[in-house]
Amino acid sequence: MAEEQEPLEILSARHVVEYPYTRSVGAVIGRFLGGLKDKKIEGSLTPSGRVLVPPSEYDPESGASISDFVEVGEAGVVTTWCWVAEPLAKHPFDRPFAWALIRLDGADTALLHAVDAGDSSRMATGMRVKVRWRQQRSGAIGDIECFEAENLGSQDGEIV
Amino acid sequence: MRDIALVSFAQAPSVRREQIHNEVEILMPVVAEAVRRCGIDRRDIGFTCSGSSDYLAGLPFSFVTALDGVGAWPPIEESHVEMDGAWALYEAFVRLQHGDVDSALVFGFGKSSVGPLREVLSLQLDPYYVAPLWPDSISLAALQARALLDSGEYGEADFAAVAVRSRRDAKSNPNAQLSGDFAVAELLESDYIASPLRRHDCAPISDGACAAILASGDLARQLCERPAWIRGIDHRIDTINIGDRNLCDSASAKLASEKSGAAADKIEMAELCAPFTHQELILRRAMGLGDEVRINPSGGALAANPVMASGLIRIVELAARIQSGEIDRGLAHATQGPCLQQNLVCVLEGE
Repeated sequence: MAEEQEPLEILSARHVVEYPYTRSVGAVIGRFLGGLKDKKIEGSLTPSGRVLVPPSEYDPESGASISDFVEVGEAGVVTTWCWVAEPLAKHPFDRPFAWALIRLDGADTALLHAVDAGDSSRMATGMRVKVRWRQQRSGAIGDIECFEAENLGSQDGEIV
Repeated sequence: MRDIALVSFAQAPSVRREQIHNEVEILMPVVAEAVRRCGIDRRDIGFTCSGSSDYLAGLPFSFVTALDGVGAWPPIEESHVEMDGAWALYEAFVRLQHGDVDSALVFGFGKSSVGPLREVLSLQLDPYYVAPLWPDSISLAALQARALLDSGEYGEADFAAVAVRSRRDAKSNPNAQLSGDFAVAELLESDYIASPLRRHDCAPISDGACAAILASGDLARQLCERPAWIRGIDHRIDTINIGDRNLCDSASAKLASEKSGAAADKIEMAELCAPFTHQELILRRAMGLGDEVRINPSGGALAANPVMASGLIRIVELAARIQSGEIDRGLAHATQGPCLQQNLVCVLEGE
C-alpha cells in the first residue's frame, strides 16, 4: 500500500524592498500636489488654451514646456465610470464603489478618481460630482479622499 | 531596407497556473524548438533580444536568468526590452537592418499567475496622479468599455460576440487556454467584474512563452520554404493620461497601422492583441479592418494571454498561416499599457 504522502513544504523567504531616498516631484506636479494640501486644484494651461487637470509638464500637442497654471473647480462631470462590486485589497474602499474620469469645471481633460456612490444605480455618465477632501492632507493625490454626487449637499469632513 | 522574415517559431501552451516550472524552464524548450525547426546552428545566431517584466517575476534583472537558460556561451550579442516580445522583435528587425548580422533570436515570456496581476499592472501607471490610487487593469479597461457603450455604436452583446467567436476559434488552437462553444445570451447572464465588463470580456491569466527566429534575404530562404516577410513594422504611443484621450478610438494604433503600410494591399487576416473584447472593436475601427478581414483565428488574447509574450504570439500565429500557404498577406498587432496606450503593427507577406 502506498504510504500517505508528506504535504509539500512551501519554501518562503522574507524579502524587504527599500528605497532609502526621496525625490522632488518638480515644479508642475509639485505645485498641483501642494495645492491639494490647501484644498486647491490647479491645472496647467497649454499655449493653445487647454487646461490640463491633472497638469502636465509639457504640452501634449507641441511638447513645449508649460509654466502657466489655472485654478479649476472642485466639482465636475463624470465622463465615464465603472462599478467595482468586489474591491481588491489595495483599492481605496473596501465597499463597492466606482472609478470615474471626472472633468472638473474649467478643465479640458479628466482626472481619474474613485466615486463613493453606495450603489451602481446612483452612477451615470454626465452626472455631477464634487471632491470630498481628506481631513489629514499630505500633498498627494489621496488628499482627495474621493468624489461624491454633488446633490448630496456638503459632506466636507473638515473638523473646525 | 533589408528583407527580413520570420523563419521559425514556437510557443508553450498557455496555462492558468504553471506550478512546477519557473519562467526559464517554460522558455528553454520553446527556444530549443524554434532553433531546431529551422535547423540553424545556435552559434550562428547574430543577435538575441527578449521581452519580459521584472514586475511579473518579482525580482530585478530576471531576464538575465533567461539568457543563461537559452545559452549565452560563447558570448552573444543581446538586448532586452521591458515590453512584450513583439517589441523585442521590432528591435531585432532594426538591428538586422545594420547589415552585419543575418539572423536573430527573439523571445517573450512571463508567468502572470505568480502575483495579483490586476494590481501588478497598476505599477505601470503614472506614479504621482494615478498609481497611488491602485486602479486595477480591469477597472481601467472598464472605463474605456463604458465610453464605447456611451457612444451608442456598440452594446454589451457586441462585446460578448467577440468572446464567443474567440473561444470557438480557439478550439482548433492547441496552445489556447480558454475555448469552447458559448452563446451570447448565456454569457450576458454572468455577473460583472467591473461593470460593464464581465469575465468573458477579459483575457484569462496565463503563463507562457514564445520564441521566433528572424533571418535576412537568402538565409531566410535557406532556412525556410516559405518565409513570412516583414513588409512593415511600426509602434506608437498615446499619452499616459487616459483622461486626455478619446478612449473610443486608438490614435496610436491607427498611426502604427498607417506607418506599417498595411493599407498598401489587401489584408486577408489580422491577429489583434485585444485583452478585452471591446478593445478588438476599437482596434478594428481604428485600423479600418472590415468584415472581409479574418480576425484572430487563433482565438487571440481572449483565449490565452501570457503577458509579455501575448503580442509576439500574435505575430507568430500570423506567420504560421503565411508559412503554410493559407494566406499571402496579413497584419499582426501587439499592445501594452492601460486602455491600448501603446500599439505595434507588423505586416507579414509570403512570396
